[in-house]
Amino acid sequence: MTVMQQLITIFLCSAATILMRFLPFAVFSSDKKTPAYIRYLGKALPGAVFAMLLIYCLKDVDLLHGSHGLPEAVSVALTVSLHLWKRKTLLSIAAGTLCYMILLHFIF
Amino acid sequence: MKMKALKAAFPHTIPVMTGYLFLGMAYGIYMRVSGFPLWYPLLTSIIIFGGSLEFLLVTMLMAPFAPLETFVMAVLLQARHLFYGLAMLDKYKDQGKKKCYLIYALTDETFSLNCSIDAPEETDKGWFMFFVSLLDHCYWISGATLGGLLGSLITFDTDGISFVMTAMFTVIFLEQLLKEKKHHSSFIGFISSLICLYAFGKGGFLVPAMLMIMILLTVFRKAIEKGEGS
Repeated sequence: MTVMQQLITIFLCSAATILMRFLPFAVFSSDKKTPAYIRYLGKALPGAVFAMLLIYCLKDVDLLHGSHGLPEAVSVALTVSLHLWKRKTLLSIAAGTLCYMILLHFIF
Repeated sequence: MKMKALKAAFPHTIPVMTGYLFLGMAYGIYMRVSGFPLWYPLLTSIIIFGGSLEFLLVTMLMAPFAPLETFVMAVLLQARHLFYGLAMLDKYKDQGKKKCYLIYALTDETFSLNCSIDAPEETDKGWFMFFVSLLDHCYWISGATLGGLLGSLITFDTDGISFVMTAMFTVIFLEQLLKEKKHHSSFIGFISSLICLYAFGKGGFLVPAMLMIMILLTVFRKAIEKGEGS
């Protein structure tokens, strides 16, 4: 690829991202009333999307090979239990991450 | 007013700071090791600001020039942002000049923070969300640039640090479960993603998962709206 072609590739990626981010706001502009169905989606989506993002983060876990997803399972379980106990977001995240790094480094 | 919002926003962005600095560095290093100049990670972190696409971009840049394919792949990979937009329509609605930047910088992580956290009382909501977005953007740019500068000079044992993102999404999802009365939507998202991950593999499960979520949310709209009491 020439430098020009590389730049075009970069700008196309930027354009696609901007398009996807702005499209909902452009279609449902603030001056018109948003249709009830879309408002419903806006309210109902976060739960589903957070679940999807969590699975997206864990998509590389291979249950059948390697460490069988054990370090991930243990670290997520620790994050969840600590959070249910203390309800301190930063603490839960830090502990879960450290746990994962330690498991990866020393055990798996 | 702005300082107050910045101070309120910063602590919430610490997990993203950790994740973005390290992932950004990994990205910058990857770019340099692949033979591209320093200003590539800098430019792309500013104008794309989307981690997974930027990593993919490195592979695209090394392949033969294919503009249409590039654009379609980028659209498919970024399609999940349509969901974020729909969910943030109300919150971002009356933000005036800030609105453009808020939408421009709406990454997975910024969406999760701005969607799940309400600005503390007496803090301006708009500026709070603006600073969450801006701080996240700065972390990503700093990470990518730093990685680009270091190139392959330094390798240290940071294996697993990217788990900070997984841990953050775990907590955000858990908070969502604790907050909502009925779990229909979360359950739909969870099951759809798992089924599609199994059926389509990790490379292409997001788009079918999103379609499935949309269909199920539409089919069960009555039951879900009833459950939320709205």
